Amino acid sequence: MLHMRPTRPIYLDNQATTPCDPRVVEAMLPYFTERFGNPHSAGHALGHEAETAVEAARAEIAALIGADPREIILTSGATEANNLAIKGAARHRRAFGGPARVVTVATEHKCVLESVAALAGEGFETEILPVGADGRLDPDVLRAALAAPTALVSVMAVNNETGVVQDIAAFAAIARAAGALFHTDLAQAGGKIPLDIAAIGADLASLSAHKMYGPKGVGALYVRRRPRVRLAPLFSGGGQERGLRSGTLPVPLIVGFGAACRLAREEMAAESARLAGLRERLFAALDSFIPGLRRNGPAACIPGGLHLTFPAVPALALIAALPELCVSTGSACSSAEIETSYVLRAMGMSNAEAARSLRLCVGRYTSAADVDYAARALCDAHARLAAHDAGATAQVEA
Amino acid sequence: MIYLDANASERPRPEARAALLAAAELAGNPASIHAAGRAARRVLESARETLAAGLGAASSGVVFTSGGTESNALAIAALGAGRRLIAGATEHDAVRAAALTAGGGDVLPVDEAGRADLAALEHLLARGEPSLVCLMLANNETGTIQDVAAAAALCRRAGARLHVDAVQAVGRMTVDLAALGADSLALSGHKFGGPPGAGALLLAGEAALAPLIAGGGQERGRRGGTPALPAIAGMAAAMEAALAALADPARPGHPAALAALRDRVEDAARAAGAVICGAGAARLPNTTSLALPGVPAERQVIALDLEGFAVSAGAACSSGKVTRSHVLEAMGLGELAGQAIRVSLPWSATAAEVEAFTAAYARMAARLGRGAA
Repeated sequence: MLHMRPTRPIYLDNQATTPCDPRVVEAMLPYFTERFGNPHSAGHALGHEAETAVEAARAEIAALIGADPREIILTSGATEANNLAIKGAARHRRAFGGPARVVTVATEHKCVLESVAALAGEGFETEILPVGADGRLDPDVLRAALAAPTALVSVMAVNNETGVVQDIAAFAAIARAAGALFHTDLAQAGGKIPLDIAAIGADLASLSAHKMYGPKGVGALYVRRRPRVRLAPLFSGGGQERGLRSGTLPVPLIVGFGAACRLAREEMAAESARLAGLRERLFAALDSFIPGLRRNGPAACIPGGLHLTFPAVPALALIAALPELCVSTGSACSSAEIETSYVLRAMGMSNAEAARSLRLCVGRYTSAADVDYAARALCDAHARLAAHDAGATAQVEA
Repeated sequence: MIYLDANASERPRPEARAALLAAAELAGNPASIHAAGRAARRVLESARETLAAGLGAASSGVVFTSGGTESNALAIAALGAGRRLIAGATEHDAVRAAALTAGGGDVLPVDEAGRADLAALEHLLARGEPSLVCLMLANNETGTIQDVAAAAALCRRAGARLHVDAVQAVGRMTVDLAALGADSLALSGHKFGGPPGAGALLLAGEAALAPLIAGGGQERGRRGGTPALPAIAGMAAAMEAALAALADPARPGHPAALAALRDRVEDAARAAGAVICGAGAARLPNTTSLALPGVPAERQVIALDLEGFAVSAGAACSSGKVTRSHVLEAMGLGELAGQAIRVSLPWSATAAEVEAFTAAYARMAARLGRGAA
């Protein structure tokens, strides 16, 4: 029996974006109101105050991944950071006589693939590596791909659709041995799993605030100092961020990002345990009622993420039957597209299987009651839709 | 602290705060198809329509960006590809840098009041090369307003494109893309009382744009990345408030009121020995560039800061460096280019604040100026 419908949608799409933590909003508010100085206005008190706030936030962002604050370049988000890292590093290396070749993986976020495609349009050689059925890159495949001199390799730490975690430390070492720079998109990992950038050994890494209960419109690119990684900026102007990223720094958003990082560091262990518990509760409920339900990539996944392939019903039909749930068939960016997820296809899933796959992610504001309702609703909808299909088939056959 | 550095960042408008907080409550990503995503999408598209309506553009021509610098860069990269760049001598760093790197651009000289030499522009365009002209509508340091409509007519005749940096103009004067006849317009939310972190590029045409930031298909493939929804919502609310103030003399920030306050500043500054840079030109109502012969700009800014006034020397971005204003140098001001401060009144400026400033300025001039011992 179904409980009463919730008064507002149950949000289980925390990989698409997360709500802003009220404590983050509180930290930002003064900088949207009284403390509105331009941080580059060095000449007056209001400007100084803004600059100080930015640098404090930068330190928090750096601390999240164990970096030096001087290695954090603030951007408008992870998409921009990915563009800057990939295009910036590749263009710089080529300009200084380095190899005009970049390597990445078929399951990367669109912005990585499109950045690489843009470089191809500029005459770079590019190679897109396949993954296994489990969504992971084989180190030997990477090694073979780096036999030719390569400027940059980009492999994301956690996949945005499936939650699959890659062994990026191993890949960074392989890249370094081959003389290539290593970039990793940490957007889905940041604030969710512990990250030590020195241990990982990456040269460049992207972070997104709105994936970790921070505000939209801000992100960061980690740029290694020792040895120093050089980049060509995407655009020039006032020369902010060591010339790598011009434009007035958005103080309140940065302050919010810093607060989100600090909260993530402080609460990660406890939150991971809670989210894993909720996630398992959700899966157990679904698994016990839906025979043939398949869980994708369980072994290496972020604590809140759950990627499922249903046995009998298209995912879009489930979504349509459950307007009170916010879940997704794939990445937010592509969720409106009819075509199958390229990530799932790269994992060897058939179009039919991919069409029956859903991405769910519990988060900081997901309750046990939310999970219980969602499980019951999904089971009921699945049963109804599967029976309807069976009935329709029976009618045709009659 | 009395804030007179609005051109660096405008005082936030209360309407922007409300819109921003409401948007921050929304859980969804505007690209998601579920209820939370659709709610976020509605706010995004409503903001788009507000900007379009307020600035004489079509909604389909509005591309949200992270701010003015990115908007200018996107316009130049997209509209200037394969074209020779012609940029005004007083353009902002963001535009000048692009013109300088674009394999040899041309700089359009300005007169002593900062107005671009349109005869020179016509001459340059007569060469017949495909060109992109960049002309800011209002200058950030002096407030000088360019005759963009006339430049647009020249460009149209010559088949050249025109990009207009309207960052300082929006919210302080009428800005209408269609009326200006330009191909594109850049704006930045925090310059008219919106939150920082959002801007827009307005496009007149339907031409496809190769993005600077490639990504998940947002903004019709013209600008990738999850949009900064709270900042964008705040920007739209700020724009509505600013436009309302432009139309209503009773509201704070009405141009006539600001101009009167600005004129008061100038009268007092002149009496204290200052030279007004750009005085002969049509200018933004809130901006004045005051040069005090013999006194380095930084010294004046510090002195005024100590007295509790926020002003600036040159553009905010460069105020940490001890260089002369390229804007004032282009206006032929020589030594004065390093001796001028910018006073830019926020929409909330009052007569009392201005009186306090003029008194402090007079004291400073007496202490530091040529007349001093």
